Amino acid sequence: MKNSISHYPGTKAITILCLFILYTPLIIISLYSFNSLRSITTWGGFTFDWYIKAFNNPAIQSATMNSLLIAVLASSIATLIALAAAMGMLRGAPLKKQKIIVGMINLPLLLPEIVVAVSSLIFFIAIDMTLGLGTILIAHIVFCIPFAYLPISTRLKDINQSFDEAAYDLYASRWQSFRHITLPMAMPGIVSGLMLAFVVSLDDFIVANMVAGPGSSTLPMTIYSMLRIGLTPEINAISTILLLISILFVTASWWCNRSTQSNS
Amino acid sequence: MLNKLKQIKEAPIRYGLVSPSLLMIGVFLLIPISIVFVYSFLQPGTYGGVEWTFSLDAYKQFLFEEDFITEELQFTSAYLEIFVRSFSQAAIATFFCFIIGFPTAYFIATRPIHTQSLWLFAITIPYWVNLLVRTIAMLFIIRDQGPLNEFLMYLNFIDTPIKLAYTPFAVSLGLFYSFLPFMVLPIYTALSRFDMSLLTAAHDLYASRWAALRHVLIPSVPHGIYAGCLLVFIPSIGAFIAPDLLGGGKQLMIGNLIALQFQGSRNWPFGAAAAIILLSFILITLLVFSLRKKGE
Repeated sequence: MKNSISHYPGTKAITILCLFILYTPLIIISLYSFNSLRSITTWGGFTFDWYIKAFNNPAIQSATMNSLLIAVLASSIATLIALAAAMGMLRGAPLKKQKIIVGMINLPLLLPEIVVAVSSLIFFIAIDMTLGLGTILIAHIVFCIPFAYLPISTRLKDINQSFDEAAYDLYASRWQSFRHITLPMAMPGIVSGLMLAFVVSLDDFIVANMVAGPGSSTLPMTIYSMLRIGLTPEINAISTILLLISILFVTASWWCNRSTQSNS
Repeated sequence: MLNKLKQIKEAPIRYGLVSPSLLMIGVFLLIPISIVFVYSFLQPGTYGGVEWTFSLDAYKQFLFEEDFITEELQFTSAYLEIFVRSFSQAAIATFFCFIIGFPTAYFIATRPIHTQSLWLFAITIPYWVNLLVRTIAMLFIIRDQGPLNEFLMYLNFIDTPIKLAYTPFAVSLGLFYSFLPFMVLPIYTALSRFDMSLLTAAHDLYASRWAALRHVLIPSVPHGIYAGCLLVFIPSIGAFIAPDLLGGGKQLMIGNLIALQFQGSRNWPFGAAAAIILLSFILITLLVFSLRKKGE
C-alpha cells in the first residue's frame, strides 16, 4: 500500500508542519508565563508569581466574574433555545420553509463579527437600552445559538423516531416521551453544544468590546486594554489560563460526542 | 391518514418550539442589520449617532473627500486602499491555508478510520482557543525581541532582529494562523467520501502522481475546496484583531475602519456604509461560488 499512487510523499511532513504552526505559539506563550524574569526573552527560572499577580489584580478579578457569569447564562439560554428549535424541526417530517429556518439559525456564523458588533451597538442605542452586562448577554445568546444547535441537531438526527412512537403507543404523553426517551438519548449532543457555546461566549472580544458599558469589562477586554502598556508576563499568565479552559471544555465536548458515536 | 392528522395538529407546537431562536436572531440580529442599512443613508450626528436626513455622503466618502475651502469633491484613494488591502490580505491567507490545508486534509483522510477523528480533533483545538490570545501569542513570537528573532540570531542566521511585527507580512501570517483549521475540515469531509481506488485506476492508465492529483483528485472534491476557501476568506476579509494587533494600527482593514467609526472618529453613517459594503463583498463572493457550484 505504501507504494500505491494514493500515497503522496510529503503530506505527513506538511501535516506535522501544520500542527507545529498551530501549537507552537500556544506552547511558547504558556512556557513564558512561568518565566521568573520580567524580561520576556531570557529564561530566568520557574515561577508562579505572574499567576499570583494576575489573580490579585482587582480589574482581572471582576472581569473574570463578568466573563464567567455571561458565559454560563448565555450558553445555557442558547442551548435551551437551540434544543427547542432542533426538537421542533427534527421530530417529524421537515417543516415548511425548514431550509430558511436553518439558514436563519446559522446566520450569526456567516456574518463578520465586527458587523454583528456594530449592528448590536446601534440597535441597543436605538431602543435606549443601557449598555452593560445585559447587552453583552443578549448579543452572546444570539451568536451562541448556532454553535449549540449544530451538535444537538446532529445527535437528534441519529436518534430513531420509532422510539418516540413506541412511547406514544404505550400511552406516554408528548412530554413524558421527551423527558424519558428523547432527552436522555440527546444528552451527549446537548452537553457538547452547551460546552461549545460556553467557550464561544468566553472567547468573544469584538462584540463585547462594542456593546459593553462602563464597568462591565470581560476578561478578553481587560487583556486587550492591558496590551496598551505592552506584552507583560501577566498577560501571558491570563492567556494561558484562558487557553487551558478552552482546550479543557472542547476536549470534554469532543469526548461526549465520541463516546456516543462508538455506542451507536 | 391518521399520521397526516397528527402532523397537522402538531405543526403549531413545532413552530412554537422553533420560534424562540427565530425571535432572538430576528430581533437582535436581522433588525439591527436593517437599521445599519438605513443609517448608512443618513447624515452623521455631531457627537456620534445620526441626523435623519437622507444622504449618500457616507458612500461618496469612500472615493471622494470634500475640499475644506472650495467644497469641491476630490478623488481620494485612502479608503480604497483599505478595501484593496483587506481583499489581498484575505486572498493571501486563503492561498497559504490551501497550500498547507489540502495536503493535511489528504493525509488525515488516508489514515485508518479510527485515528482520523483524533487527527481532526488535534487540528480543531486551536480554533476554539480565544482568537485574541492566539494573536497575542503570535505577536509574542515575532516581535523584535521575540523567541523567533532570538533563535535566528542564536543560529547566526541574522545579526540584528528582522522587523516582522507591525508589517503587512505579520497581518497575513496572523490571518493564516487564525483560520487554518477552517480550510482542513471541509476538504477532509469531501476527501473522506472520495474513492481512493480511482487514483489507482488513474495510475493504471499511466497517470503520474501529479497528473492524478490535478486531473482526478482535485476535480473530485470541488465543494470541499470551495467551502474551505470561503471559510477562510470570509472571516479574513472582515478581520479585526489580526490587523489591529499585528499591523500595529498601520495596516488597517475594513473591520478596523468600521470599528473606528463607532469608537474614535464617530461617523456612524460612514461606519454603517462600510459594514454594508463588507456584507455586499461577502454576498457577492458567496454568489460567485454558488454559481460555480451549479455550473458543475
